[in-house]
Amino acid sequence: MNSQKYDFAVVGAGVSGAWIAYELSKYTAKTCLIEKENDVAMGATKANSAIIHAGYDPVPGTLMAKLNVRGNELVRELHEKMDIPFRQIGSLVIALSEDDEAKIRELYERGLKNGVKGLKILTKEETLALEPNLSDEVRGALLAETAGVCSSFEMSVAPAEVAENNGVDLIRNFKVENVSYEDGYTILVSSDGKTVAARTVINAAGVHADEIAALFGDDSFTMTPRRGEYSILDNSCKDLVRHVIFQPPVKYGKGILVSQTVDGNIIVGPTAENIDDKEDKSTTTEGQKTAFDGARRSVPSVSERDVITSFSGIRPIGGKGDFIIGFSDANKALFNVAGIESPGLTAAPAIGEYVIEKLIESGHKFVKKDDFDNTRIVVRFKDLSDEEKNRKIAENPLYGRVICRCETVTEGEIVDSIRRGAGARDMDGVKRRVRAGMGRCQGGFCGPRVMEILSRELDIPMSEVTKFGGGSRMTEKETL
Amino acid sequence: MIINADVAVIGGGPAGLAAAIECRKNGIENILVIERDRQLGGILNQCIHPGFGLHVFGEELTGPEYAQRYINMLAETDIKTMTDTMVLSLSSDRVIRAVNAQTGVAEIHAGAVILAMGCRERTRGMLRIPGTRPAGIYTAGTAQRLVNIEGLMPGKNTVILGSGDIGLIMARRMTLEGSKVKGVYEIMPKSGGLKRNIVQCLNDFGIPLHLSKTAIEIHGKERVEGVTVASVDENLSPIKGTEEYVECDTLLLSVGLIPENELSRGAGIAIDPKTKGPVCEKGFETSVPGIFACGNVYKVYDLVDNVTKDSVLAGRSAAEYLKSRSF
Repeated sequence: MNSQKYDFAVVGAGVSGAWIAYELSKYTAKTCLIEKENDVAMGATKANSAIIHAGYDPVPGTLMAKLNVRGNELVRELHEKMDIPFRQIGSLVIALSEDDEAKIRELYERGLKNGVKGLKILTKEETLALEPNLSDEVRGALLAETAGVCSSFEMSVAPAEVAENNGVDLIRNFKVENVSYEDGYTILVSSDGKTVAARTVINAAGVHADEIAALFGDDSFTMTPRRGEYSILDNSCKDLVRHVIFQPPVKYGKGILVSQTVDGNIIVGPTAENIDDKEDKSTTTEGQKTAFDGARRSVPSVSERDVITSFSGIRPIGGKGDFIIGFSDANKALFNVAGIESPGLTAAPAIGEYVIEKLIESGHKFVKKDDFDNTRIVVRFKDLSDEEKNRKIAENPLYGRVICRCETVTEGEIVDSIRRGAGARDMDGVKRRVRAGMGRCQGGFCGPRVMEILSRELDIPMSEVTKFGGGSRMTEKETL
Repeated sequence: MIINADVAVIGGGPAGLAAAIECRKNGIENILVIERDRQLGGILNQCIHPGFGLHVFGEELTGPEYAQRYINMLAETDIKTMTDTMVLSLSSDRVIRAVNAQTGVAEIHAGAVILAMGCRERTRGMLRIPGTRPAGIYTAGTAQRLVNIEGLMPGKNTVILGSGDIGLIMARRMTLEGSKVKGVYEIMPKSGGLKRNIVQCLNDFGIPLHLSKTAIEIHGKERVEGVTVASVDENLSPIKGTEEYVECDTLLLSVGLIPENELSRGAGIAIDPKTKGPVCEKGFETSVPGIFACGNVYKVYDLVDNVTKDSVLAGRSAAEYLKSRSF
């Protein structure tokens, strides 16, 4: 078989896969990043709380604890260089009962053991001074200063882009369905018969990681999809809370939070429900009610009336109580990176580092490239001063044409999001990268114009523009 | 760049055009109309059906014809226009920041400002309809733009949620373009649309109007595959046991319009929580002196003819305001 040959094939371009590819792109090893969808960040990565956790939550001594704390450091260190939207707003775990007070003290102790800096237990008065809209029932809180909010899309778009710019091949629409072996290579075969050969396959397939492992004869873990429902409130509510507000953790996760998003909206959620279908990202009436009832325990004035959109995410639960990272016992051609549940988003940059460490430990020889560059500059027109705006428009008049009115996104930014490394290929891809269509009209006005730009840039007919690849065509055909 | 204007009109749709022309008629000289789209006329450009102008012109015109009359009237004056230009902000002392590809960010200092930004449609997110998030869900107005301006058909089998006028018009339009419209579902016991639209757009084409019924779930992974509809009780809550699955690949929403007052809020203008438009005492002057509002940004109108009539009054008030200040 005449397949393109790689040293490493990373399967899954979610946040873990993207950061692994990013780390590998620092070396001369030949790497590809394989994704079954039309874009990166299509699984658990695209729909979660987008919180950069401080690291007081995981049990001391676990990989989760170690990689969470290191990941938090890396995000704070890299976000400016790589232009990843991040705001270190701090988090509060609030206590609403005596039980809760004991729990936050326990979290504080754990945090110290995990090496988390900037932790403090606050009194009721201190808590309410920081967050006047919290419930009167609040009795105190655990403040974690290093926590923050990010764009979870950009947390994987940025490393995927840097990886592609530094020589990694991003292969989209490649759903691994079969494997065979040839001359020391594993041949990955896609559902439509394409092939890729790699010496080592890194399985970062998220909720589908167990299916990939099974193709290699590894049935050592099973992924359970856990659905979480969220709502986003209009940015007129942005001052409702200023920190990430958690309640103490419950059996199924960190409970329902109320937080600012990195863009200044308010997010409410998630629920936690184990489901059967790994792709079932539907929202439900009951789920929305659970989320809001839960959120109102923290912030009584949170209201469904301010919702601009709701969505569900699937968290990949590995069932081992810790991340599963290492070579498969069943097949040495396979390296698993599975069960990357919360705090996976925070940990992802550290997961990338840790994978390289493990590969080196097992005898892989890496040679550093001397021209690796992780600088990334994204123009965000809305955030520029008027002088900077005028300079950009003089350079490229497309920055003077506002396409999305709700979020003030220009044609220049949309074109840029399509042309750059790991660029957008569909409507959701544009929306996630530059926010066109994410505002209060939800793409009602800018949708047709974004379709025009995608059609022009990708050189496809308007009728072939999709919402998110595959059969998700925006329109059916041209009119008669 | 700084531009001075006696009157700056934000929005070049029917409201803005009528107000600007009326200001000119009342002796105001330096008038500027700022329009975000590539041409004047606003939403009328995509309303290619007839039914406009019966009250103002005494004849039946299409949307583009109605708009063209005002564009022509404007062209006969020395009123200046900036198209493809987006207003970024408005301050209470009537300074507008606007951007376009030619001039970059410009500051417009206006003696009086007329707000005529129109309205936007309520979305699926605001309705909080549960289910999946596939392609094929559009507001009726967006679908209207796709069909009438872009020449694209959203889909073959359509369900319309809400019986606002745009939804009714689109039921007919989708049918004429070859889509099967399965039905219009209205949560209220009566339609919010004009009687003539129910007759001409639904009855004449045999499209059923289901009252007191709404969509409770959207299905489909890539494209819409269907919606579950159900009857609702007097509190508008779905009644268990009345669920019905309707297969379709397209869902159009016609569930209300909201005046676009983000700029108005930025200028500190008081907004009526009920109409979602500026509180206007008399002559369409807002709570901020020298700033006037007309058309759908003030309140959502059924007929463009009425928009025109009120916008003329707003234009006249703005002119009077300026004259009273110069003496």
